[in-house]
Amino acid sequence: MDMIKGLIPGVDPQDFTHGAPVNLSRRSVLRGALGIGAGAMVLGFGLPSGTARAQAAATMAPGSNVPAFLEIRPDSTVRLLSPFVEGGQGIFTGMAQIIGEELDADPSSFIVENAPAGADYLVIGGQMRITGGSMSVRMSYPLMRKLGASARAMLITAAADQLQVPASELTTEPGVVIHAGSNRRIAYGDLATAAFDLPVPDPETVALRDPATFRWIRQPVKRLDVYDKSTGRAEYSIDVTVDGMLHGAVQHAPRLGLMVETIRNRDQVAALPGVHAVEILDGAVAVVAQRWWTAKRAVEALEVDWVEGTDLPKGWRALPADFSSDAFAQELAAATGPETEAEAHGDAPGVLDAAQTVISATYHSQYLHHAQLEPPSTLARFNPDGTLDLWLPNQAPEQYQAAVAGLTGLEPAQINIHSPILGGFFGRHFLYPAASAYPQAIELARRTGRPVKVIWTREQEFLRDPMRPMAAVRFRGTLDDNGMPLAIEAVSATEGPTEAVYGHGDSVDETAVEGLSKKAYAIPNLRIAQVYVENPVMLAYWRSVGNSMNDFFYESFLDELANAGGQDPLALRKHLLRDTPRLTKLLEAVVDLSGGWKRGPFTAEDGSMRARGIGMASPFGSEAAAIAEVSIENGQVRVHDIWEVLDPGAIVNPMLVRQQIRGAAALGLSQVLMEEARWDKGEPVARNYDMYSILPPDQMPEIHVGILESGAPIGGVGEPPLPAVPPAVANAVAALTGKPVRRMPLSRLRFDS
Amino acid sequence: MQLNINGQTHEVDADADTPLLWVLRDNLGMTGTKFGCGLAQCGACSVLVDGQVTRSCVTTVDMLEGTEITTIEAIEQDDVGARVVEKWVEHQVPQCGYCQSGQVMAATALLKEVAQPTEEDVRAAMINLCRCGTYNYIKAAIDDLSGRKGEPL
Repeated sequence: MDMIKGLIPGVDPQDFTHGAPVNLSRRSVLRGALGIGAGAMVLGFGLPSGTARAQAAATMAPGSNVPAFLEIRPDSTVRLLSPFVEGGQGIFTGMAQIIGEELDADPSSFIVENAPAGADYLVIGGQMRITGGSMSVRMSYPLMRKLGASARAMLITAAADQLQVPASELTTEPGVVIHAGSNRRIAYGDLATAAFDLPVPDPETVALRDPATFRWIRQPVKRLDVYDKSTGRAEYSIDVTVDGMLHGAVQHAPRLGLMVETIRNRDQVAALPGVHAVEILDGAVAVVAQRWWTAKRAVEALEVDWVEGTDLPKGWRALPADFSSDAFAQELAAATGPETEAEAHGDAPGVLDAAQTVISATYHSQYLHHAQLEPPSTLARFNPDGTLDLWLPNQAPEQYQAAVAGLTGLEPAQINIHSPILGGFFGRHFLYPAASAYPQAIELARRTGRPVKVIWTREQEFLRDPMRPMAAVRFRGTLDDNGMPLAIEAVSATEGPTEAVYGHGDSVDETAVEGLSKKAYAIPNLRIAQVYVENPVMLAYWRSVGNSMNDFFYESFLDELANAGGQDPLALRKHLLRDTPRLTKLLEAVVDLSGGWKRGPFTAEDGSMRARGIGMASPFGSEAAAIAEVSIENGQVRVHDIWEVLDPGAIVNPMLVRQQIRGAAALGLSQVLMEEARWDKGEPVARNYDMYSILPPDQMPEIHVGILESGAPIGGVGEPPLPAVPPAVANAVAALTGKPVRRMPLSRLRFDS
Repeated sequence: MQLNINGQTHEVDADADTPLLWVLRDNLGMTGTKFGCGLAQCGACSVLVDGQVTRSCVTTVDMLEGTEITTIEAIEQDDVGARVVEKWVEHQVPQCGYCQSGQVMAATALLKEVAQPTEEDVRAAMINLCRCGTYNYIKAAIDDLSGRKGEPL
């Protein structure tokens, strides 16, 4: 499992850097799945002028081949092909800061695009490339610094040649090589052609800047994309057009697993003005038309008889006709079966069985949509030379390329994956079966002989968006004579997204239990285990993955134990973290940020009764602590303020980190307050935002943010601020009402005002 | 039919019941206005019709002849819109950016109607969804535009 852990967001990717042993059979399987190996490097359109050189240098270590990443234009602007896709997290800006720092080029002079599929870009552990797991900066930081330094060394070498002086006499200022002795300056733009024809130096030999002299790293450098995103200029997959393109719209089967038996009015619809074709696809019908609105209206007019499918495409789960998510939650709560231990020390079962008083509780989480604002789309174009161009939202170009090769029989080198910026992702655009429009777009382009862009409506998206898993966790806990936790056992009946997508194995799926396991609290007797229960619905990664629900479970139950032992929840946490200085400091920081610990209930200035709760989480190599203040308004929870401090060890851009803390906190809040994807009688209750609520602006509290740089190894940023928020809110509600909150979302509960 | 968009008259060949959104995006290639839900729930498709913020995904073109339509592509040609964009950049509002065309249009409509909106005005007018959770930043930018400048986030 070690290799898959490294491949999967949220699962100890630092195994790469720690040199953890790798299961070779798993590795070879995944290497195949990722299309790594001979012939896998593909270069798309619009590569920098160094394309040919990039190809020649394909044997270089990933992340080191300067011309594959950088083009310096005559005006000295720097075009960077980023190994990571921009989806809101600010990674294009972060990459420009890191590379620009060593290249000696102002990040504001960068133009950044996502790199095509190719071996040069497999920068995570030298083996893979995804944008996820909050890995982008922490897994590439040394590599990208060296890349910038190598490019600078090449520019200096070229300048030395041009000026006929020793390279040692040359220095740089942003965008310029300088020979101080003769007072001569050459702009990067005038050197780039010669420089990038030079051999790339060994990255291990290039000198890096002393961090004390950083100009851009650790500074709140402005995002490179904000003006374009404030004026409608930014281009997403859904916006891409090519000459001769037709538009496709689909109607998915109401349940995955159903296939088309007949279309009763196919001929009538095919004859509608503007309709080019009516097509039957796997589990869907499609209309191709001159205009998307025409296609959409026509496809909705199709009267389709659906039938239970046989021989479903690989990885599809046929949803039972009577599926009810509420009933499944009860099934999980009662599930027995082999328990796979994720973590155990001491003798929790023995202590609990012998204890006079045991606190028991069952907690529940819900299915969640990603609900990114940009609906999925894919534009597919077969070219006369046999190649295929695809524009689609994705977090893993090489994985999509390999999958398309398998689907079409084309060589990976014939498939050009274009990855425009993402209109939100949150885990939505990894490669999941049945969850992307690319098989449809490819098939429609093949059948019509024209480029086709398929756009899913929100309703069609909600029918195929794979879910954040649901879990039921059975807790038992007991206290010592001082009222402190002596033993905790948590058994989660669930399925992790990794085992759902890649297959269930013998060992525990870390993405199922992270956030229950690996908590830092000093509990003398602990046991965390999973009962694997296959879900009827398709599952996916969702921002902060297992932590998104597991820290809610654990931190809320911890407050139950605190109450049972007559302990203040902050004092209890401080006690349990007394030997962990980093987390003690973090707790103190968030308490300070909130103006001092005040649990309540207390009467606020506006007369409302309020209380505060606290939650902590240790996701993706970072540490987070949050405090929330709540009241009850009209029977529902209102969150007034959230204070959150994140310690990612070290940071690149404090402004981007603050944005991510606020954004992740908002998503965590949305989850705990109102989100839930439900099924009844095999059909989803919600097909759009009208029935699936996401946090609206009037429920957004002010998020007060702190950043700690403890100096620990650099951790993730995009996901880590999320998981501490739901338990902070739940614990505040419990403090206010006197009753524990054991399920999300809170909108399912009614409270007395 | 003829539509007046961003001060120009466009001859549009579309069925009368086609939503403005799709005429903008497909007929006219103006893709700055975004499709999010198709149900007037999210606001990503917001445009101005005679200065009023309007959800173009549910507004059919037959209702729009004789009106003046403003889209994000022309937002900086409007004095208020240009100030909104400037503050959106200053406060670094967007993350993924997909909802921000609509947010900028909504803010512009609000400020064109009320030069110094109260916090209550802002709450009532700024109802578009943002999945990245940029709401604190949107509020900071509008507070700034309304003369209530606080600490930058």
